Amino acid sequence: MIRVIGQHSLSLVGELGDFAVFTTRAFTSAVGSRKLGRRVTRAVYEQGVRCLPVIVIVALFTGLVLGLQGYYVLNRFGSEGLLGTLVSLTLVRELAPVLAALMLVGQAGSALAAELGIQRNSEQIDALETMGASTHAYLISPRLIAALIVFPIQTAIFTLVGLYGGYLSGSVLLNLQSGVYWSAVHNAVEGQDVRECFTKAAVFGLLTIAICAYNGFNAHRRRSSTGARAVSASTTRAVVLSSIVVLAADYIITSLLVHHP
Amino acid sequence: MSAPDTATDLFLDVRSVHKRFGENIVLAGVDLAVPRGSVVTVLGKSGTGKSVFLKCLAGIVRPDAGEICFDGNALNAANAVARAEFRRRCSYLFQSNALLDSLTALENVALPLEQTTQIPNREIRERSLEALHQLDLEKHRDRYPSQLSGGMQKRLALARAIVTRPELVLFDEPTAGLDPLRRNHVFEMIVKYQRQFGFTAVLVTHDLPEALVASDQVALLDGGRMQFQGTPEAFNRSENPMVRAFRDSPVSLRDTVAALRRGETVTSEEDL
Repeated sequence: MIRVIGQHSLSLVGELGDFAVFTTRAFTSAVGSRKLGRRVTRAVYEQGVRCLPVIVIVALFTGLVLGLQGYYVLNRFGSEGLLGTLVSLTLVRELAPVLAALMLVGQAGSALAAELGIQRNSEQIDALETMGASTHAYLISPRLIAALIVFPIQTAIFTLVGLYGGYLSGSVLLNLQSGVYWSAVHNAVEGQDVRECFTKAAVFGLLTIAICAYNGFNAHRRRSSTGARAVSASTTRAVVLSSIVVLAADYIITSLLVHHP
Repeated sequence: MSAPDTATDLFLDVRSVHKRFGENIVLAGVDLAVPRGSVVTVLGKSGTGKSVFLKCLAGIVRPDAGEICFDGNALNAANAVARAEFRRRCSYLFQSNALLDSLTALENVALPLEQTTQIPNREIRERSLEALHQLDLEKHRDRYPSQLSGGMQKRLALARAIVTRPELVLFDEPTAGLDPLRRNHVFEMIVKYQRQFGFTAVLVTHDLPEALVASDQVALLDGGRMQFQGTPEAFNRSENPMVRAFRDSPVSLRDTVAALRRGETVTSEEDL
């Protein structure tokens, strides 16, 4: 029993070290890499443009539900005028960065893990290595750089659409005056909240895309499965780990950055 | 193992390479001498470790023991700079072609130049188009690998392998899955470009008749060791039982089939 725990612990520490080296190498190898800008643009398109519809849809419904639930709860205390405050702070501080990251993991992260896993299986990554190309600079760096650009932008879009969703349910469907709603939003959100929101988005982007890339890139190292099953298992693992890491990192960042009014 | 017929300037010298995967011993002391500018073919049955051996030469798989000397320098002890230098001078043609499926034919050929050299983009394009032209693929330059036939993909992989003007090209089963006419064409291409560019070639295959015609030397890998290395003429004359079994396999098949048709019971070597 103790031996098994010890083996798993050592394996975990080893994998964490391997992951840290993998991510560091991805950033260091980007220096001087040719046509990096073109590959980053393509990665921004894959992570950003392709994922935009799902971000907008989820954000809209999140805002609608927040507005609806918030209105009726606040109405009990005659405080429906605070709906804008509730919706905006909930979105900016927590829901927008977390839900946007989870949506991006589900779409862009899983696609990345599967793509790299298939490239590993079909020897495309071996081909890059044999020609002397830096596989990290070519395959991983553009995705990580793109994540640092895309996640904050998608989070901002999520927030704006979510706020509009809250306005739709609170003011258009129910009886709250639109001026009251937007005024509360304007007064509630401070610079610190926006900084916290973007910090979370950037950290989530970096961690999740690195986890997805690491799992896809190392699909051939899985002991429990090979071939297509290894790609499938690596993709599943990438999505599950990324989702857990988003929630854990959210708690850590919140506890570090939380401020009391 | 039979000694090589010619003691010449060795470009690649492999000594006692060992490789095992868990309990499975794949290479148990493989030797191979590759003279500069020659075509050396490693023959062997399926599953004898030919591809693993070639991957050891390319540095994709790390041998457990043994020495691989490239142009007089031991690769095992080489630092990162020396390994990079080896990769710059060596190309590898994968059995599966390993073309990047998200890139067009032209982008695939340009990739090694883009990623490993500082050549200006215009020259990269010119050299890539020239390589495609040499392999009669110029009009397919904007197609993706999935839009090309198997033979075209093989030619595209060869174009990518030669565009860097390598001194050593390693071919892993270059004719796998091709019909006899295409097989001949691939061997013709290899010999033609080997003569044209002067690279040294190491091939792994089990296409015996074509290999004997196209190669300067052949070697036979069996039981984790090289059982023979020499000229095709020496291979044809060899009395080594493993060489004879491999060489005479069409005759053996003909006799076996004839016996089966007569209703006789035949025990194949694989069953023993």
